[in-house]
Amino acid sequence: MSINTDNLYRPSGPGQPIGAGSVFRYLDWVTLVLYVLLVAAGAVCIYAASYDFDHANIFSFTEFSGKQIRWIGLSMLLGLGLLLIDSRAYETYAYPVYIAMMGLLIVTIFIAPDIKGSRSWLVLGPMSLQPAEFAKFATSLALARLFSGYGFSLNSSRTNYFKALGIIFLPIALILAQRETGSALAYLSLFFVLYREGMSGLVLLSALCAVVFFVVSVKFTDLSIIGMPMGELAVFVMIMLICTCMTALYCRFPKAARNVLIWFLCTTLTLVGLGLIGITVPSPEYFMIGIIGVAIIYLAVLSLHEKTPRLLITILVTIVSVGFLFSVNYAFNNVLQPHQQQRIRVTLGMDDDLRGAGYNVNQSKIAIGSGGIWGKGFLNGTQTKLKYVPEQHTDFIFCTIGEEEGFVGSALCLLLFLALILRVITIAERQPRAFGRVYGYCVASYFIFHLAINVGMVIGLCPVIGIPLPFFSYGGSSLWGFTILLFILLRLDASRRDYR
Amino acid sequence: MRKDYNLERRKYVIGGFILVIVVIYLFRLFDLQVADEKYKAFADSNAFLKKTIYPSRGTIYDRNGNIVVFNQPAYDIMFIKRDIEEFDTLDLCQAVGISIEDFRTRWNEVTNRATNPGYSTYSPQTLFTNLNPEDYGRLQEKMYRYPGFYIQKRIVRDYGYHCAANVLGNIREVNRDDIDRDNYYAAGDYTGDNGVEKSYEEFLRGRKGMEILIRDSRGQIQGRFEDGNRDVAAVGGRNLKLSLDIELQQYAESLMVNKLGAIVAIEPATGEVLALVTSPNYDPSLLVGRDRGKNYRMLMDTPHRPLTDRSIAGFYPPGSTFKPSQALIFLQEGIITTSTQYPCYHGYINGGLRVGCHGHPSPLALLPALQTSCNGYFCWGFKNMIDRRSKYGSSAEAFEVWKNHLVSMGYGYKLGIDLPGEIRGFLPNAKYYSKAYGEGRWSANTVISVSIGQGEVSATPLQIANLCATIANRGWFITPHVVKEIEDTVIAPQYREKRFPTVDAKYYPDVAQGMRMAVTGGTCRAANLPDIEVAGKTGTAQNPHGKDHSAFMGFAPFNDPKIAVAVYVENGGWGATYGVPIGSLIIEKYLNRHISDARRHIETAMLNASTAQLSEYKY
Repeated sequence: MSINTDNLYRPSGPGQPIGAGSVFRYLDWVTLVLYVLLVAAGAVCIYAASYDFDHANIFSFTEFSGKQIRWIGLSMLLGLGLLLIDSRAYETYAYPVYIAMMGLLIVTIFIAPDIKGSRSWLVLGPMSLQPAEFAKFATSLALARLFSGYGFSLNSSRTNYFKALGIIFLPIALILAQRETGSALAYLSLFFVLYREGMSGLVLLSALCAVVFFVVSVKFTDLSIIGMPMGELAVFVMIMLICTCMTALYCRFPKAARNVLIWFLCTTLTLVGLGLIGITVPSPEYFMIGIIGVAIIYLAVLSLHEKTPRLLITILVTIVSVGFLFSVNYAFNNVLQPHQQQRIRVTLGMDDDLRGAGYNVNQSKIAIGSGGIWGKGFLNGTQTKLKYVPEQHTDFIFCTIGEEEGFVGSALCLLLFLALILRVITIAERQPRAFGRVYGYCVASYFIFHLAINVGMVIGLCPVIGIPLPFFSYGGSSLWGFTILLFILLRLDASRRDYR
Repeated sequence: MRKDYNLERRKYVIGGFILVIVVIYLFRLFDLQVADEKYKAFADSNAFLKKTIYPSRGTIYDRNGNIVVFNQPAYDIMFIKRDIEEFDTLDLCQAVGISIEDFRTRWNEVTNRATNPGYSTYSPQTLFTNLNPEDYGRLQEKMYRYPGFYIQKRIVRDYGYHCAANVLGNIREVNRDDIDRDNYYAAGDYTGDNGVEKSYEEFLRGRKGMEILIRDSRGQIQGRFEDGNRDVAAVGGRNLKLSLDIELQQYAESLMVNKLGAIVAIEPATGEVLALVTSPNYDPSLLVGRDRGKNYRMLMDTPHRPLTDRSIAGFYPPGSTFKPSQALIFLQEGIITTSTQYPCYHGYINGGLRVGCHGHPSPLALLPALQTSCNGYFCWGFKNMIDRRSKYGSSAEAFEVWKNHLVSMGYGYKLGIDLPGEIRGFLPNAKYYSKAYGEGRWSANTVISVSIGQGEVSATPLQIANLCATIANRGWFITPHVVKEIEDTVIAPQYREKRFPTVDAKYYPDVAQGMRMAVTGGTCRAANLPDIEVAGKTGTAQNPHGKDHSAFMGFAPFNDPKIAVAVYVENGGWGATYGVPIGSLIIEKYLNRHISDARRHIETAMLNASTAQLSEYKY
């Protein structure tokens, strides 16, 4: 693209909108190139995934890849259109757009036909759209708008938190109501934005801990040591470590931390040692609670002297962790549905159900694994061509890359995404205003979530959650959704100098 | 708006998070795609249905071009475990015609990697073999009810003549050992069992072909892989032409009905076996099809062991049929000349030992001794050889010389016929006796009975027939074999080369003459055919299992031998009682293709005779 924009460009002062031509002058070409590369690769993959050995390609072409090319063409036009809109309009109309999209989500719940158990598709003549994908940019705009308010700071008042969480959880609730869990979960990635804007890191950390505790305690329930499941013991040890570390580093009481550590070490090692020589106590879980309880009382007494809230937080974290550990087993066995339990057990490698829940993942692993270093070559994949991999042109599209382009191709694809995400973060950080920055982080968060979960499930590292791989998975909604997200950011970025 | 640089640092946490995720995923991808090979194999068995194309097994003809063994279609039930859905087991069992227990047993056997190493849930497995066409027809209509199961056409053997089971052998499904031994085989394949089916397996089986089909996740065939360019065509097995004269074989088998024993007929000039009969025998078609196992067990349990081929695995004292070999050795060693005479007054009497003989003039020379089957003569000859210390130094050394001559004639070791199961018979050596009696504490008289084919000596009817062929050839033989020609190739060199025993050819005509005299005026007069010059030697072998065995070996025509035959009838009594008539009938049948009216009564008598009941052998 080489539009001569010189004669259209006039230097303008701060706060002055600039002509549309300057958009292209300050456009972030790196992002645009990454976008075009990914979209082109996606088109090729969909062609490959829907290519049929027998009926050449004419039929399939109109069916999948042909349609996808139309989607791509339209999304390019859409992107161009978005670049031509005045950047302030996005800020101005952020709330109306958000409200309109939420309205659409509500309408969708009632008018969408039931497709595989979910009511998330709006059928408009020949095409169907998924409003959940378009609500992403609207939510981002609204969040950005919220944060760009004068003097807005997440930590300055509790209402600010509730406002931000409200903006995030409204679409989640509406999409859950459409029974489209995967898409709903994608909005949780906006917590990255909250973190960037000042939310305590403890929230993300505890989320991480919760995941680790859950995985460890569920995965190792079958192994038993000193009369308790190994996973539980491991989580107890982790809780002790966290408690010690927080005392030492977060509360800055190295001496207290040392005492706590010595206490933990002596008692736990004695218990384990006795267990190994055959002396086991009847309920070691309660012994462990007792050990941790003593440490908590010690820290509580300490906090009476020192008067620092950080010690109380440490105590709280420890108690909540223990509580979480005990609720995991209950939740796993009593709250989750059998098929959900099964899915988790398969993902954690505890079960090998290749006909049921594990079939998809096993087949996708086979398809990817059979690719080797260089892959089988374009259109030569047998596993994806012969439909061994389910949803191969939508959620499992990454298999096609893995099988036909091998390790080299799939690694390249991952690295392209990584480059795009890091570039988006860079763009977000260089925004002069909170609006652009928050919006940019929203975009980055969605990409992080979709990439991590989609590729993770295809290679068998995450549970199967049906969300698309941006630009690769077949479908117009996802492609348009991400195109809109990215091009609004590009438009905002192109005007960043206006505010210098 | 001012930036909070403390918060800006959090971009590294977020950026670092996705970086770590991508790095973990790259490791995982490397592990899946590069480090671990198993996914490629999974992918292949996923997508490629390698369908075996079975070649047709070679047809077997007799020497005159009659089709003896040929192929018939049969049907196997195959299944692919992964594709099986819920089905009515009982219904399937009824359609196939088997009990549900058999089904379970077989199912467990097939789906267990310990018993079926090639088992995989993705590849076709053989559940049942050898459905007959009626079962097939019935099942074919129901097949749609059992997804994952399908019927595969196979080839089974059928027989043009229901005889010669011992020579032909049969085919059976391969077992674990076969698969381990030869990687050609896969579970459900067939391999030769016994007979030429086994010994010529590699020629008969041909080479399996393979059709590579592409199949989708529902198991539906999508087409041929690379348009069939990678397919391997099956190569049909080679046809065999047996040396057997199947009509002679049939005739010889009929003569042996209700008798235990064996008949071996050889074409002396070529070593080709014309008939190889063991009795009792069985119909080879018993061991075809799904009743094979049942019938096999039944044959195993039958008295008199029909599955043992007595012609090559019968452990028999050769009796007097051994005497021509003695004559040859004594002549070769210079112990006797044709004019040497030994006394025999109803036996060999020496050193307190008496070996009985029957009435004939005495003393007598070699030819009359052969003619009358004189025990005394050969005992004397043996004594004079073994105890001739001046020549050999000791009895033991003399015995070794004696033994080595016999080994060169084919005794004591396997002759090497192209059939599995041949035994070597038994020839004692000097060491054997030294161990039994003590070094230097035995002499000719101690072991004298071996000179008349009794005592420790044992031979197979094949070895006896081979001696006869050697004499017919006047000094050489070709290793007996039952396969005359293999399509597109030649038979093994050992079946084309002459073997020369260590006895000079010049001594054979006299021995042959002696055997001729036995027919014209000696023990084998019943074999004296009007139009064929037969030479022969009877044998009456004492044995621990009741009545003497009746044996005969003979060849004809005398001057241009076309057939050498050995007959061995267990508990048949005198050699002349069964051996000679049966042997002469075989010679007449082979050379004249029919039995003259004058000899019909002999044929009838032999066909109806029964001696099997006389056997006292404990099985």
